[in-house]
Amino acid sequence: MSQKAIAGVTVDVTEEGYLTDPSQWTKEIAVEIAKEEGLELTEQHFAILNYLREKQKKSETLTIRLVGHSGIVDIKGFYGLFPGAPMKKAAKVAGIPKPASCV
Amino acid sequence: MTNKEEFPLKKVCIICAKGTIEDVFATLVMANGAVMEGIETRVFFTFFGLDAITKKQMNRLHTGTIGNPAMRMPGGLPFPSILGMLPGVEAGVSAMMKSQMEKLDIPGVKEFLEMIDAGGGEIYACKLAMDMFKLKKEDLWEGIKGVLTVGDFYALCGGLQTQIIFT
Repeated sequence: MSQKAIAGVTVDVTEEGYLTDPSQWTKEIAVEIAKEEGLELTEQHFAILNYLREKQKKSETLTIRLVGHSGIVDIKGFYGLFPGAPMKKAAKVAGIPKPASCV
Repeated sequence: MTNKEEFPLKKVCIICAKGTIEDVFATLVMANGAVMEGIETRVFFTFFGLDAITKKQMNRLHTGTIGNPAMRMPGGLPFPSILGMLPGVEAGVSAMMKSQMEKLDIPGVKEFLEMIDAGGGEIYACKLAMDMFKLKKEDLWEGIKGVLTVGDFYALCGGLQTQIIFT
Protein backbone atom coordinates (compact mmCIF):
# COMPACT_ATOMS: atom_id res chain seq x y z
CA MET A 1 0.00 0.00 0.00
CA SER A 2 1.18 3.49 -0.73
CA GLN A 3 -0.08 7.03 -0.49
CA LYS A 4 -0.91 9.39 -3.25
CA ALA A 5 -1.98 13.01 -3.42
CA ILE A 6 -5.11 13.32 -5.53
CA ALA A 7 -7.00 16.60 -5.88
CA GLY A 8 -5.02 18.06 -2.99
CA VAL A 9 -5.83 15.22 -0.61
CA THR A 10 -3.52 12.39 0.43
CA VAL A 11 -5.24 9.02 0.11
CA ASP A 12 -4.18 5.39 0.53
CA VAL A 13 -3.98 3.49 -2.72
CA THR A 14 -2.91 0.06 -3.92
CA GLU A 15 -0.05 -0.43 -6.36
CA GLU A 16 -2.57 -0.35 -9.20
CA GLY A 17 -4.09 2.90 -7.95
CA TYR A 18 -7.30 1.69 -6.31
CA LEU A 19 -8.30 3.52 -3.12
CA THR A 20 -8.07 1.18 -0.13
CA ASP A 21 -10.51 3.18 1.98
CA PRO A 22 -13.71 4.13 0.10
CA SER A 23 -14.53 6.74 2.77
CA GLN A 24 -11.56 8.84 1.62
CA TRP A 25 -13.28 9.29 -1.75
CA THR A 26 -14.68 12.62 -2.91
CA LYS A 27 -16.14 13.82 -6.19
CA GLU A 28 -12.97 15.83 -6.82
CA ILE A 29 -10.88 12.68 -6.42
CA ALA A 30 -13.14 10.90 -8.89
CA VAL A 31 -12.69 13.65 -11.46
CA GLU A 32 -8.92 13.50 -11.01
CA ILE A 33 -8.64 9.68 -11.32
CA ALA A 34 -10.99 9.77 -14.29
CA LYS A 35 -8.72 12.29 -15.99
CA GLU A 36 -5.79 9.87 -15.56
CA GLU A 37 -7.95 7.21 -17.23
CA GLY A 38 -8.79 9.61 -20.05
CA LEU A 39 -12.40 10.09 -18.97
CA GLU A 40 -14.49 13.22 -18.58
CA LEU A 41 -17.18 12.48 -15.98
CA THR A 42 -20.83 13.24 -16.64
CA GLU A 43 -23.93 12.98 -14.44
CA GLN A 44 -24.43 9.47 -15.76
CA HIS A 45 -20.90 8.45 -14.78
CA PHE A 46 -21.57 9.69 -11.25
CA ALA A 47 -24.86 7.82 -11.09
CA ILE A 48 -22.95 4.61 -11.83
CA LEU A 49 -20.15 5.46 -9.41
CA ASN A 50 -22.63 6.05 -6.59
CA TYR A 51 -24.50 2.88 -7.49
CA LEU A 52 -21.29 0.82 -7.35
CA ARG A 53 -20.21 2.43 -4.06
CA GLU A 54 -23.57 1.62 -2.55
CA LYS A 55 -23.44 -2.02 -3.71
CA GLN A 56 -19.85 -2.35 -2.54
CA LYS A 57 -20.85 -1.08 0.91
CA LYS A 58 -23.41 -3.87 1.08
CA SER A 59 -20.65 -6.33 0.10
CA GLU A 60 -22.47 -7.35 -3.06
CA THR A 61 -20.43 -8.90 -5.85
CA LEU A 62 -19.89 -6.27 -8.49
CA THR A 63 -20.48 -7.59 -11.99
CA ILE A 64 -21.16 -6.11 -15.39
CA ARG A 65 -24.54 -7.82 -15.23
CA LEU A 66 -25.35 -5.99 -12.00
CA VAL A 67 -24.68 -2.64 -13.66
CA GLY A 68 -26.82 -3.78 -16.60
CA HIS A 69 -29.71 -4.28 -14.19
CA SER A 70 -29.10 -1.00 -12.36
CA GLY A 71 -31.62 0.94 -14.41
CA ILE A 72 -28.96 3.59 -15.08
CA VAL A 73 -27.45 2.16 -18.26
CA ASP A 74 -27.53 -1.09 -20.17
CA ILE A 75 -24.34 -3.09 -20.61
CA LYS A 76 -23.54 -1.48 -23.95
CA GLY A 77 -23.95 1.93 -22.38
CA PHE A 78 -21.64 0.95 -19.54
CA TYR A 79 -18.91 -0.03 -22.03
CA GLY A 80 -19.54 3.27 -23.75
CA LEU A 81 -19.10 5.32 -20.59
CA PHE A 82 -16.00 3.47 -19.38
CA PRO A 83 -14.40 2.18 -22.60
CA GLY A 84 -12.01 -0.75 -22.50
CA ALA A 85 -12.28 -2.34 -19.11
CA PRO A 86 -15.47 -0.79 -17.65
CA MET A 87 -15.70 -2.66 -14.35
CA LYS A 88 -12.11 -2.01 -13.36
CA LYS A 89 -12.11 1.59 -14.53
CA ALA A 90 -15.41 2.38 -12.82
CA ALA A 91 -14.23 0.80 -9.55
CA LYS A 92 -11.02 2.78 -9.65
CA VAL A 93 -12.84 6.06 -10.26
CA ALA A 94 -15.47 5.15 -7.63
CA GLY A 95 -12.74 4.73 -5.01
CA ILE A 96 -13.62 1.12 -4.23
CA PRO A 97 -11.42 -2.00 -4.37
CA LYS A 98 -10.71 -3.75 -7.66
CA PRO A 99 -13.64 -6.10 -8.34
CA ALA A 100 -12.75 -9.75 -7.82
CA SER A 101 -15.47 -11.25 -10.00
CA CYS A 102 -15.06 -13.38 -13.12
CA VAL A 103 -18.39 -12.32 -14.60
CA MET B 1 20.04 -11.02 -17.92
CA THR B 2 16.67 -12.26 -19.01
CA ASN B 3 14.23 -9.92 -20.65
CA LYS B 4 11.36 -9.26 -18.23
CA GLU B 5 9.34 -7.09 -20.57
CA GLU B 6 5.74 -8.21 -20.76
CA PHE B 7 3.48 -8.11 -23.77
CA PRO B 8 -0.13 -7.97 -22.61
CA LEU B 9 -2.74 -9.91 -24.52
CA LYS B 10 -4.49 -7.80 -27.16
CA LYS B 11 -6.76 -10.33 -28.81
CA VAL B 12 -8.15 -13.77 -28.01
CA CYS B 13 -9.84 -16.13 -30.44
CA ILE B 14 -11.75 -18.85 -28.68
CA ILE B 15 -13.01 -22.02 -30.34
CA CYS B 16 -15.81 -24.08 -28.80
CA ALA B 17 -16.52 -27.48 -30.36
CA LYS B 18 -18.63 -29.10 -27.64
CA GLY B 19 -22.16 -28.49 -26.47
CA THR B 20 -22.16 -29.47 -22.81
CA ILE B 21 -22.88 -26.90 -20.10
CA GLU B 22 -19.29 -26.95 -18.88
CA ASP B 23 -17.70 -26.57 -22.30
CA VAL B 24 -20.01 -23.79 -23.40
CA PHE B 25 -19.79 -21.87 -20.14
CA ALA B 26 -16.01 -22.20 -20.01
CA THR B 27 -16.03 -20.53 -23.43
CA LEU B 28 -18.52 -17.84 -22.43
CA VAL B 29 -16.79 -16.98 -19.16
CA MET B 30 -13.40 -16.73 -20.87
CA ALA B 31 -14.80 -14.69 -23.74
CA ASN B 32 -16.74 -12.31 -21.51
CA GLY B 33 -13.79 -12.05 -19.13
CA ALA B 34 -11.59 -10.98 -22.03
CA VAL B 35 -14.15 -8.40 -23.19
CA MET B 36 -14.31 -7.03 -19.64
CA GLU B 37 -10.54 -6.52 -19.67
CA GLY B 38 -10.69 -4.61 -22.92
CA ILE B 39 -9.17 -7.49 -24.90
CA GLU B 40 -10.49 -7.88 -28.45
CA THR B 41 -12.51 -11.10 -28.45
CA ARG B 42 -13.69 -13.47 -31.18
CA VAL B 43 -15.51 -16.73 -30.57
CA PHE B 44 -15.98 -19.51 -33.12
CA PHE B 45 -18.62 -22.15 -32.43
CA THR B 46 -18.26 -25.40 -34.34
CA PHE B 47 -19.53 -29.01 -34.24
CA PHE B 48 -21.65 -29.63 -31.14
CA GLY B 49 -20.62 -26.22 -29.83
CA LEU B 50 -23.14 -24.85 -32.34
CA ASP B 51 -25.87 -25.78 -29.85
CA ALA B 52 -24.79 -22.76 -27.81
CA ILE B 53 -25.84 -20.41 -30.61
CA THR B 54 -28.76 -22.41 -32.01
CA LYS B 55 -31.99 -20.75 -30.90
CA LYS B 56 -33.76 -24.03 -30.21
CA GLN B 57 -30.95 -25.50 -28.12
CA MET B 58 -29.08 -22.62 -26.48
CA ASN B 59 -31.05 -22.51 -23.27
CA ARG B 60 -31.41 -26.24 -22.83
CA LEU B 61 -27.82 -27.45 -22.68
CA HIS B 62 -26.98 -30.43 -20.54
CA THR B 63 -23.97 -31.74 -18.75
CA GLY B 64 -23.03 -35.34 -19.52
CA THR B 65 -23.52 -37.76 -16.63
CA ILE B 66 -21.66 -40.70 -18.16
CA GLY B 67 -17.92 -41.06 -18.34
CA ASN B 68 -17.11 -38.09 -16.14
CA PRO B 69 -14.96 -39.26 -13.21
CA ALA B 70 -15.09 -35.80 -11.60
CA MET B 71 -18.87 -36.04 -11.22
CA ARG B 72 -19.94 -36.25 -7.56
CA MET B 73 -23.13 -36.60 -5.59
CA PRO B 74 -24.22 -33.41 -3.79
CA GLY B 75 -22.57 -34.67 -0.57
CA GLY B 76 -19.26 -35.34 -2.33
CA LEU B 77 -19.70 -39.12 -2.68
CA PRO B 78 -18.68 -40.65 -6.02
CA PHE B 79 -21.33 -40.65 -8.71
CA PRO B 80 -21.61 -44.16 -10.22
CA SER B 81 -21.64 -43.96 -14.02
CA ILE B 82 -24.50 -46.45 -14.19
CA LEU B 83 -26.75 -43.90 -12.42
CA GLY B 84 -26.10 -41.46 -15.22
CA MET B 85 -27.80 -43.83 -17.62
CA LEU B 86 -31.15 -43.63 -15.86
CA PRO B 87 -33.81 -41.49 -17.53
CA GLY B 88 -34.05 -38.01 -16.04
CA VAL B 89 -30.71 -38.09 -14.23
CA GLU B 90 -28.91 -36.02 -16.85
CA ALA B 91 -31.71 -33.45 -16.82
CA GLY B 92 -31.68 -33.32 -13.02
CA VAL B 93 -27.92 -32.87 -12.81
CA SER B 94 -28.07 -30.19 -15.51
CA ALA B 95 -30.82 -28.29 -13.68
CA MET B 96 -28.71 -28.41 -10.52
CA MET B 97 -25.67 -27.03 -12.36
CA LYS B 98 -27.77 -24.21 -13.77
CA SER B 99 -29.23 -23.27 -10.39
CA GLN B 100 -25.74 -23.18 -8.84
CA MET B 101 -24.57 -20.87 -11.61
CA GLU B 102 -27.59 -18.61 -11.22
CA LYS B 103 -26.67 -18.20 -7.54
CA LEU B 104 -23.28 -16.86 -8.60
CA ASP B 105 -24.97 -14.36 -10.93
CA ILE B 106 -23.81 -16.24 -14.02
CA PRO B 107 -26.31 -15.47 -16.77
CA GLY B 108 -27.94 -18.00 -19.10
CA VAL B 109 -26.43 -18.68 -22.53
CA LYS B 110 -28.46 -16.11 -24.44
CA GLU B 111 -27.93 -13.31 -21.94
CA PHE B 112 -24.23 -14.19 -21.74
CA LEU B 113 -23.88 -13.93 -25.52
CA GLU B 114 -25.68 -10.59 -25.42
CA MET B 115 -23.25 -9.35 -22.75
CA ILE B 116 -20.26 -10.36 -24.89
CA ASP B 117 -21.85 -8.69 -27.91
CA ALA B 118 -22.64 -5.52 -25.94
CA GLY B 119 -18.99 -5.24 -24.97
CA GLY B 120 -17.85 -5.55 -28.57
CA GLY B 121 -16.97 -9.26 -28.62
CA GLU B 122 -17.75 -11.07 -31.87
CA ILE B 123 -19.48 -14.44 -32.22
CA TYR B 124 -19.09 -16.62 -35.32
CA ALA B 125 -20.51 -19.94 -36.51
CA CYS B 126 -18.66 -22.63 -38.45
CA LYS B 127 -19.93 -23.15 -41.99
CA LEU B 128 -18.83 -26.76 -42.30
CA ALA B 129 -20.48 -27.82 -39.06
CA MET B 130 -23.67 -25.99 -40.03
CA ASP B 131 -23.77 -27.89 -43.33
CA MET B 132 -23.20 -31.10 -41.42
CA PHE B 133 -26.02 -30.47 -38.98
CA LYS B 134 -28.28 -29.02 -41.69
CA LEU B 135 -28.53 -25.70 -39.88
CA LYS B 136 -29.43 -22.44 -41.58
CA LYS B 137 -28.48 -18.96 -40.48
CA GLU B 138 -32.11 -18.39 -39.41
CA ASP B 139 -31.72 -21.23 -36.89
CA LEU B 140 -28.98 -19.32 -35.12
CA TRP B 141 -29.04 -16.59 -32.51
CA GLU B 142 -29.50 -13.21 -34.24
CA GLY B 143 -26.35 -11.69 -32.75
CA ILE B 144 -23.82 -13.77 -34.65
CA LYS B 145 -21.42 -11.74 -36.76
CA GLY B 146 -21.14 -14.30 -39.51
CA VAL B 147 -20.85 -17.84 -40.77
CA LEU B 148 -17.21 -18.57 -41.55
CA THR B 149 -14.94 -21.17 -43.04
CA VAL B 150 -11.94 -22.12 -40.96
CA GLY B 151 -9.77 -20.01 -43.26
CA ASP B 152 -11.98 -16.96 -42.70
CA PHE B 153 -11.66 -17.44 -38.96
CA TYR B 154 -7.87 -17.72 -39.08
CA ALA B 155 -7.83 -14.54 -41.11
CA LEU B 156 -9.55 -12.83 -38.15
CA CYS B 157 -6.95 -14.20 -35.71
CA GLY B 158 -3.96 -12.29 -37.01
CA GLY B 159 -1.86 -9.74 -35.19
CA LEU B 160 0.77 -9.61 -32.48
CA GLN B 161 -0.18 -10.51 -28.91
CA THR B 162 -3.04 -12.70 -30.11
CA GLN B 163 -3.86 -16.14 -28.76
CA ILE B 164 -6.12 -18.90 -30.02
CA ILE B 165 -7.78 -20.90 -27.28
CA PHE B 166 -9.54 -24.21 -27.89
CA THR B 167 -11.82 -24.94 -24.98
